[in-house]
Amino acid sequence: MSAMKNFVGWIDDRFPLTKVWNEHLAEYYAPKNFNFWYFMGSLAMLVLVNQILTGVWLAMSYKPDADLAFGSVEYIMRDVDWGWLIRYLHSTGASAFLIVIYLHMFRGLMYGSYRKPRELLWIIGVVIYLAMMATAFFGYLLPWGQMSFWGAQVIVNLFSAIPVIGPDLGVWIRGDYVISDATLNRFFALHFLLPFLLAALVFVHIVALHKVGSNNPDGIEIKKNKDENGIPKDGIPFHPYYSVKDIAGVAGFLFLFAAVVFFAPEMGGFFIEHPNFEPANPLKTPEHIAPVWYFTPFYAILRAVPSIAGSAFPGVAAMLLSIVVMFFLPWLDRSPVKSIRYKGVIFKASLAIFVVAFIMLGYLGTQPTTEGKTLLAQIGTVLYFAFFLLMPIYSKMDKTKPVPERVTK
Amino acid sequence: MKKLILSFLLTVMPVIGLAAGGGVQLDDADIDLTDQASLQHGAKLFMNYCLSCHSAKYQRYNRMARDLGLTEEEVKDNLMFTTDKIGDTMNIAMNPADAEKWFGVAPPDLSVIARARGVDWIYTYLRSFVPDEKRPFGVNNTVFPDVGMPHVLWKLQQDQPAEKFDSDMRDLTAFLSYISEPIQVERQRLGVWVLLFIAVFFVLAYLLKKEYWKDIH
Repeated sequence: MSAMKNFVGWIDDRFPLTKVWNEHLAEYYAPKNFNFWYFMGSLAMLVLVNQILTGVWLAMSYKPDADLAFGSVEYIMRDVDWGWLIRYLHSTGASAFLIVIYLHMFRGLMYGSYRKPRELLWIIGVVIYLAMMATAFFGYLLPWGQMSFWGAQVIVNLFSAIPVIGPDLGVWIRGDYVISDATLNRFFALHFLLPFLLAALVFVHIVALHKVGSNNPDGIEIKKNKDENGIPKDGIPFHPYYSVKDIAGVAGFLFLFAAVVFFAPEMGGFFIEHPNFEPANPLKTPEHIAPVWYFTPFYAILRAVPSIAGSAFPGVAAMLLSIVVMFFLPWLDRSPVKSIRYKGVIFKASLAIFVVAFIMLGYLGTQPTTEGKTLLAQIGTVLYFAFFLLMPIYSKMDKTKPVPERVTK
Repeated sequence: MKKLILSFLLTVMPVIGLAAGGGVQLDDADIDLTDQASLQHGAKLFMNYCLSCHSAKYQRYNRMARDLGLTEEEVKDNLMFTTDKIGDTMNIAMNPADAEKWFGVAPPDLSVIARARGVDWIYTYLRSFVPDEKRPFGVNNTVFPDVGMPHVLWKLQQDQPAEKFDSDMRDLTAFLSYISEPIQVERQRLGVWVLLFIAVFFVLAYLLKKEYWKDIH
């Protein structure tokens, strides 16, 4: 024991090991009333680690070459020991990552986790979300199936729709006039790089979180109520309380995750699209091009906005704005309270409508357009933006309930 | 302008209809991947009828032997017509450029066709060839209109009762599903154990959490 102590002491003299451990785990006081929604942060980190590890192992057998890529994925599925498992952990992990992050963001919306003093924490989170989307987009090209190819074609063409610089920008991104071997090669490089940037951003996100402290389902600042030792009365040390709780959460998550990996890795064509089992063919456009499910709400917004003078730019702009608007959320909410528990019926209804609109847009983004569906997508787009842009008005009008001094059960 | 929209709709509508599945009702393939006799029969049909125009270039013969409960000798003697190396994948000698000249399109590789199309589609497609004088080979397909493939299975269909042909096609479909993901049966078998392990782990983790949290009120 004393040998161990000496060793830790030796380290502590040279690196703040005990200090970091205490500040971020053993003496980081988290509110004691976390509920189900507060598992998502640690789960997101777990999935990020899964993606990086399985990704590195996939890269050991994958070939970023237009002639070889599709075959190398099948090589991984058939000839690499446990390659099929590594690949399914990675492909399922991509969707799981987005599911967990959407739930994580929804938690923020419900409990006002973006409000002062957590504005920067929220903004870093939105940057992480953008980095994730970029990573997912680059990664989706790599299997070099029909949907990989045509999905990338559609998305890169969005950049080409930007006035003046668009066409050159498209060529610059692709490294060619069409999606080609050059594109595949650079997307592989970027897909390998971005996760490390993502990990760095997650680190910054956690540093920011530990500066301001965690929010909670009551939206109460636990640091306002401290005992004589300066410890928040409603706080408990993250370790061991939340570390053991998160282990149980991880087990619950892994059960669902493994169920998909082992029994439904394609998830009915949502996690791995069926046309992606046909090799990319630049001469044959698929009957219907749909992005993967996590992009479809934004794709639906893109298609909902009519083009002006033959330019698809208005749709592209709307799609970009639909994400940019998230950055401003901390300043759009004027409610005197943070948590939905103490907000009034107007906010609750708005959030419910927003969720329904988002899911509806997600569904419509997977479907071929018809007149009726385009109209629905337009209604969904208006509702999506109304949630954010009208928030300064309705959050102020809303009748709120008094917030208790201490957290509730 | 109205005319333009109308003509646009008239040309595009049938395409949209096709994209939605062509309105063809697909039959349930009802395959059983644990039935090795069915897979072996499917393999035999595949080697005899498909693997001269279509390749399955990601599937190895020795892997098939192992998974279908056959010895390498059995495979060599009965099922290998295109190579004599048991570790080879199922390639064909036909030149794709020639194939395109003969059929209008090079026959696709079938390694993962069951995952691209779905087993019900394949099972229905194989049983949906109909006479059509307008087509180069005198047949068309109701599931895949104007397909380039001739009805290579016509003799099987003609010489046997319909139920036997259907069961043959079910076996062939099962084999195509097998080669599209050789690990799938093993994957599900393993999955049961993985889920059981995680379930036990969850119970222990939950009890640990409860023990730690009993002093938090």
